[in-house]
Amino acid sequence: MSNPQHLTYSKEHEWLTAVEDGVATVGITAFAADALGDVVYVQLPEVGQTVSAGETCGELESTKSVSDLYSPATGEVVEANQAVVDDPALVNSAPFAEGWLFKIRLDGTPEGLLTADEYSAHTGA
Amino acid sequence: MTLRYTALDQVHRALGATMTDFAGWDMPLRYGSEREEHNAVRTRAGLFDLSHMGEIAVTGPQAGELLDHALVGFVSALAVNKARYTMICAADGGILDDLIVYRTGGTEFLVVANASNAQLVLDELTARAEGFDAEVRDDRDAYALIAIQGPEATAILAPLTDADLPALKYYTSLPATVAGRPALLARTGYTGEDGFELFVAPGDAEPLWNALSEAGAAKGLVPCGLSCRDTLRLEAGMPLYGHELSTELTPFDAGLGRVVRFDKTTNGGAFVGREALEKAAELAATHPPRVRVGLVSPGRRVPRAGMPVVSGDGTVIGSITSGAPSPTLGKPIAMAYVDAAHAAPGTAVAVDVRSTHEPVEVVELPFYTRAR
Repeated sequence: MSNPQHLTYSKEHEWLTAVEDGVATVGITAFAADALGDVVYVQLPEVGQTVSAGETCGELESTKSVSDLYSPATGEVVEANQAVVDDPALVNSAPFAEGWLFKIRLDGTPEGLLTADEYSAHTGA
Repeated sequence: MTLRYTALDQVHRALGATMTDFAGWDMPLRYGSEREEHNAVRTRAGLFDLSHMGEIAVTGPQAGELLDHALVGFVSALAVNKARYTMICAADGGILDDLIVYRTGGTEFLVVANASNAQLVLDELTARAEGFDAEVRDDRDAYALIAIQGPEATAILAPLTDADLPALKYYTSLPATVAGRPALLARTGYTGEDGFELFVAPGDAEPLWNALSEAGAAKGLVPCGLSCRDTLRLEAGMPLYGHELSTELTPFDAGLGRVVRFDKTTNGGAFVGREALEKAAELAATHPPRVRVGLVSPGRRVPRAGMPVVSGDGTVIGSITSGAPSPTLGKPIAMAYVDAAHAAPGTAVAVDVRSTHEPVEVVELPFYTRAR
């Protein structure tokens, strides 16, 4: 699956949408979802929680392993995707769409993120 | 160490498998969703490449006596074409590997070891063969191993073979022709379902795989990787070497003392590990150290190998050996060793999952038994 051009990416395999009214949406990439295998449990940061770029803010558990979820940017969580908590398989089936994870009100401009092409190169895709 | 590739490597790549290094072999982990593969084996059928397993042939007039000496089972008592689950132990009783032994002839046996232990088992059997009129032969490169497992396995295989499948009972094997190729056809498996394992020449593996895939397509057969094999065997309560079994444990510690046959009559009843195992049997019967149990979680976080099991007051009372989200039960399950005082089914304990105590309940093994 190709990485959408309109998103930016972290080296930890999260994606971030463009900012709209100060808020951006976060998810994990198809590459990450595929590497995890079937996701069975998602723990997301809570609304109101402050998350920091590059730091863990939740976890994703698959059949074989558990992985930390990193925030690609710093800010306050304004919404967590309850649909993905209820049905973690959305992370596998639609990582760039219904499988989004949380929304943050950004504190400053995100730094160090990759373009779609740079991220593809990073993953060797 | 360079990875080893099975005779089906190109097939896995063409199917887009996610590969993994397993005991030095590049093996398919999954082809698509491992949960769908798991469910296919429970409800229809799955096709596995198990060519990493280690085959060792033991032949000769005293082959049975040698295996009775080297293993804990009563191997020489097996009828031709019968198979048995058994173990090889060290002199101190510690488990070196768990094995399946097939009696393929009056003076011929096929020992199948785990990939990770195959060299050790080969070396031990060779050393233990001294003084016996028997030959131990490394047959790892002589075989590819394909398994077809699941309730539709018989219906898929039957049109491809001359073998009388209804007459082939569980834990028996038979030389047969499958899709025009010679195979040692065995009714064995590691999934908790009915099914077959086919030991074939490596050059025959790909045509056989393709013939089985085609024959099974209409019945919902799918290729299955090692990931679902692990969740299938866990649901079936089957131990995995390196998890539930190790050199630190005897078969009695693992709750599998039934494989140790003190009643064998060959070699005057002597076998490697006997004295230590007699003590282990008595200890397990009187005051067992820890007991292998099943755990089921009502939550969603999954107990994993190595996580501590704790009692209500937070005291560590055991350790998880395998854990996974169970596709069949729809909740996390695990096997663990726990102190005997906490081993009764129904006991409430907890698992320390990354510093939070997730409540779990002790249950009888297995978690899943197929309807017969």
